[in-house]
Amino acid sequence: MSAGVPRYAGGSRVPGWDDAADLDKEPAGVPDPATTPVPPELRQEIEAHMAKYPDRHSAAIPALAAVQRHHGWCSPEGIAQAAAVMRVTPGYLSAVATFYDMLETEPVGDQTIYVCTNISCSLRGADALLARVREETDGDARFNVRGFECLGACDIAPMASVNNAYLGPIELDEVPDLIAALREGREPLPDKALLRRACADPGATP
Amino acid sequence: MTDKLLFENIDEPGLNTLEVYRRRGGYDTVEPALRRNRDELVNDLKASGLRGRGGAGFSMGTKASFIPQGTMDKYLVCNADESEPGTFKDRELMQKNPHQLIEGLIVAAYAAGANRSFIYIRGEYEQQADILDAAIAEALDAGYLGDNILGTGFSLSLVVHRGAGAYICGEETGLLDSLEGKRGNPRLKPPFPANQGLYQGPTLINNVETLSTIPAILRMGADEYAKIGVAGSSGTKVVSVSGNVMKPGNYEIELGMPSRELIYDVAGGLPPGRDLLLWFPGGSSSPVLTKDDLDVPYDFDSMAKAGSMLGSGAVIVVDDSNEVADVAIKLASFYRHESCGKCTPCREGTNWTVKMLERMRDGLGTPMDLDIMASVQTRIIGNCLCVLGDAMAMPIGSMIEKFRPEFEAYMEARREAVADGAEVAA
Repeated sequence: MSAGVPRYAGGSRVPGWDDAADLDKEPAGVPDPATTPVPPELRQEIEAHMAKYPDRHSAAIPALAAVQRHHGWCSPEGIAQAAAVMRVTPGYLSAVATFYDMLETEPVGDQTIYVCTNISCSLRGADALLARVREETDGDARFNVRGFECLGACDIAPMASVNNAYLGPIELDEVPDLIAALREGREPLPDKALLRRACADPGATP
Repeated sequence: MTDKLLFENIDEPGLNTLEVYRRRGGYDTVEPALRRNRDELVNDLKASGLRGRGGAGFSMGTKASFIPQGTMDKYLVCNADESEPGTFKDRELMQKNPHQLIEGLIVAAYAAGANRSFIYIRGEYEQQADILDAAIAEALDAGYLGDNILGTGFSLSLVVHRGAGAYICGEETGLLDSLEGKRGNPRLKPPFPANQGLYQGPTLINNVETLSTIPAILRMGADEYAKIGVAGSSGTKVVSVSGNVMKPGNYEIELGMPSRELIYDVAGGLPPGRDLLLWFPGGSSSPVLTKDDLDVPYDFDSMAKAGSMLGSGAVIVVDDSNEVADVAIKLASFYRHESCGKCTPCREGTNWTVKMLERMRDGLGTPMDLDIMASVQTRIIGNCLCVLGDAMAMPIGSMIEKFRPEFEAYMEARREAVADGAEVAA
């Protein structure tokens, strides 16, 4: 074993993988609706999604997004509830949830800030912006701050998606106001909202 | 001919509502198109020379003609996953003129014989997805969607499907798996989606901008449209210019415009006192170009001839205040994160490329590393189910080829800096 590589008990390089799976245990089947109570509004939302597709499996992402809105993250209980409604195994939905960046498989804060750190944004100071946002929200568990791959808004770089609203370009000294607005329940940086921004092409408005 | 086809008055207040869009003549192409012979319509799309705006640049009409005849369930999927770094044109088109997309989509679905359609939009574009949902509800009420559209006997359903953050879902077969409710792993091709796509049915997949262009083609006529632009690349293109330029944003240009004009006039050029280091002509997956390539016309074939590609039409400009190696690390880290892990060359190749670049950054690079890294790139290209690995290998390979002295100087500088006690990034 080379030096410098952190090892966990049993020589594993990944924590939590030390214990062998119990081979006698059956994999979880489709949850029994009788023993899996589902909040009515969640059930209604998932069933509405399932009705839109020829195959109910297509509702996996919308169902998990609904679970996340309802529970704050894709918790094992939430996944079991969605699985009961969709008549699939929790394992199926877990496999989907772990694939996608926006589906949280650990508990997170309810104020979501994705700072884009891809090429175009980093050329305009995204790394400093992310560091500043981390600094301002340090120790506050209500904030879920992540550096994110290209969010598709390089025209307003450096930018962030704050609770799914695109804001930018964000100056470093605007970060305290942004965070304060979220703490106070105000709309953050309203004049930086992408939705209010005009098209850059001068020919678009003759 | 410099008139805007897609961006015409796109900032008009309320354009996202049916009322304003109708007042501007919106949806006027639907009924005549649905009353036409399908083959004629497909031939018109072919004659327009419209090439796919998502990245591959394949003829839209030809693609539609691949959909088999027959009574099986057929599907149209609009690819609105737009995750290619540097690309943000579809976002603006969907947000400001959603009905233009729906109008084009209805006609394309009729041309393909599809009765069910989906818009797969990336989960991050929640605001745009809400706008699309509202627009679709209006179109449904007005009878442009649903059963027996405008009494023509053609029926079409349209559902907005929101993704949840995965670059690979912009790859057409990864998108189909994701839309079927699975992990977004690409499929082996063939069979191509035109034969076996969504739910195993024939599926036509088109980008947002491609579909949004169809109403303009029908309005002006395919032959007129084909006259815009240059041979082999007809029409206008919305180009997303970003990075170190004074006026980043979306610009609709006629294809064939000199790249210099695009970067220096249209997008306002570089910040004062800065010089161009490199630029990506078609998103971060395209091989990089340099100052020497500024006179290449901005169209599909010229970019291919210059050794790169038009891709999604996203120009990323990098000025000389940046290190090539830093851009390379950002780029490779992105593809490492987004590799779905299905094919070994991509999963391992992206990982080792990042590791080697980080080693250089940490002052431990050796001259041999560049050759090893270049050989890793050549071993990824063409060896995977999809082109995600290639999308890293092409730009990284071109950077090593064109900027070897800069990489060597960087390694030397980092070695000395670390030896002098500079901090090694975590």
